Amino acid sequence: MPEYVIIGNSAGGIGAVEAIREVDKEGSLAIISDEPYPAYSRPLISEYLAGETSLERMLYRSRDFYHENAVEAILGKKVVGVDVDGSFVTLSDGEKIEYGRLLVATGGVPFVPKMEGSDRHGVYTFTTLGDAERMASRLAGVRRAVVIGGGLIGISVTEALTKRGIVVTVVELKDRILNVILDEEGSRIAEEAVRRAGVTIMANSTVTQITGKPGGAPGVHSAVLANGDELPCDLVVVAIGVVPRVDAVVNSAIQRNRGIVVDRHMATSAPNVYACGDVAEAYDYVLDINRLTPIWPNAYLGGRIAGYNMTGRSAIYPGGTGMNSLNYFGLAIVSAGLVMPDGQQGYEVLTERRLEEGVYKKVILRDDVIMGFTFVNDIEKSGILSGLMRDKVDVGGFKQYLIADDFDLTSLPKALRKARLGPRPQPSAGAAPQEKARALAVD
Amino acid sequence: MKRIYPKEDVCIGCRLCEVHCVVEHSRSKDILKAFKRESPRPVPRVRVREDGPLSFAVQCRHCPEPYCVYSCLTGAMHRKPDGGVVHHDPERCVGCWTCVMVCPFGVLTRDVANHCIAPKCDLCPGRSTPACVAACPNEALVYAEEASYA
Ligand SMILES: Cc1cc2nc3c(=O)[nH]c(=O)nc-3n(C[C@H](O)[C@H](O)[C@H](O)COP(=O)(O)OP(=O)(O)OC[C@H]3O[C@@H](n4cnc5c(N)ncnc54)[C@H](O)[C@@H]3O)c2cc1C
Repeated sequence: MPEYVIIGNSAGGIGAVEAIREVDKEGSLAIISDEPYPAYSRPLISEYLAGETSLERMLYRSRDFYHENAVEAILGKKVVGVDVDGSFVTLSDGEKIEYGRLLVATGGVPFVPKMEGSDRHGVYTFTTLGDAERMASRLAGVRRAVVIGGGLIGISVTEALTKRGIVVTVVELKDRILNVILDEEGSRIAEEAVRRAGVTIMANSTVTQITGKPGGAPGVHSAVLANGDELPCDLVVVAIGVVPRVDAVVNSAIQRNRGIVVDRHMATSAPNVYACGDVAEAYDYVLDINRLTPIWPNAYLGGRIAGYNMTGRSAIYPGGTGMNSLNYFGLAIVSAGLVMPDGQQGYEVLTERRLEEGVYKKVILRDDVIMGFTFVNDIEKSGILSGLMRDKVDVGGFKQYLIADDFDLTSLPKALRKARLGPRPQPSAGAAPQEKARALAVD
Repeated sequence: MKRIYPKEDVCIGCRLCEVHCVVEHSRSKDILKAFKRESPRPVPRVRVREDGPLSFAVQCRHCPEPYCVYSCLTGAMHRKPDGGVVHHDPERCVGCWTCVMVCPFGVLTRDVANHCIAPKCDLCPGRSTPACVAACPNEALVYAEEASYA
């Protein structure tokens, strides 16, 4: 019986493997995925589709990783059930694998709404290397594509298709693209860059039907919008969103809300079962609630914390929040935490624009603590804000500098700077005492 | 693990740390050749930050909890098992700037043309004291174990 079993061989799963092996070099460890490859960088599937990279260059760890860490990689097999009373998982081929501790790091699946024609040949989703491979192998003859959904994944596939010389129309339900991760001004800047590359953006619209080729030949003929307009195209990508992938645990007693609910140890409601990454509702330190924050860094860190706890070494998840660095279409945009004040009272918003340089900066504060920020183009010091936000540092004494063009460590008050640059680089001594408990400290 | 700590009260902003960082990471390890003949000229991985009379040098702090490593989308930013040094592999870097977004010291710089993070501090492998620390005339950079640093 493997001591440790991990479902999902990606950011979260690998984070857990690395933490487990830091503490326990011997305990047997199996990692299971229905994807057939060693762990790869999922965000790079767009470079793959663009023809700019290969699986070898996308690998998240070296080919030897599994061997070096004494990990049994069970790849290309699906987990169809988890029995938390019997402590075993069942694979699609019927094999049962018992576990001592289990991590569910199953990520997300694309959400595909009911829409006539969405099962046609030529309609894709875009979240796996398999999706990118399939699409890449069938691009010959494709001239026009419609991407449904103007979020991060939609824009990433749009860039890849554009690089392949395909004319893309993005159909976005809301009034602007990237509306979850950017504010209005950020979206406007992004839209300009996307349009400049020849992409058409149709906001406030939705696709209701995908028509097939006349005469019943396989393939896509057009996408029909809610207002009746018809966009002729050879390929459609549905990129509306990703939801937690729970097929492995759906019949188990593990408590779920939108995702699997975990505590600050990344433990689920079931004994010896942990969860992390896109499938988990974990702690968000900005909003001070548990929620889905489906980004790569949170999956890795959550997996790491889960891994420590699985070995019996107690560790607390410091929390994660939504944050993204966008570099599609020549953009350099960083956004983190709250994108816009959420309607509650007490927010303060600082903004700065330097139009000639295309610079836009916005910082959202509450009670002099950073709750979120957006930086466009001048992003190199944005990490300092991330650190201050993470540590909930009171920035009241120097907040006006946060958006200045020469903002740097020199802008911090001397005592804070010394505390952060001194022998205990982090967490910051500037954080309120109760906040220090949020440190990653392994207790 | 030993780390480099800056002392702003005695830093005079002379930038010798930057100069010696360039030499140490040059092909020739010769100050004249490094600056005059090597192309591209190596970039310093330590930078003096200045604001009026205030100055101090910072480089990658090799954080005990390296968010750059935790956040890297490709594995380019990494730590070897059991080692505290944060390494960057330019071959695996795609220039997504996620590490820039999370570095609490703002020390990672972008090489936009090459879609890659610019070379960062590696604590000078092979030297007992990093070149910047050794070159500082004022002991404004200290290389010490966290616990023994006063
Ligand atoms: C195109 C694209 C671009 C992105 N860009 C960014 C970005 O720029 N920055 C960022 O932070 N994030 C980005 N993301 C999001 C990021 O990839 C995810 O947050 C991250 O991959 C989540 O990691 P995870 O380990 O939770 O799950 P995943 O990476 O989704 O991995 C889960 C694995 O588990 C497997 N699995 C699930 N269920 C089962 C089962 N029942 N049996 C067997 N195996 C199973 C899956 O096949 C998969 O291999 C992007 C995502 C996409 C698709």
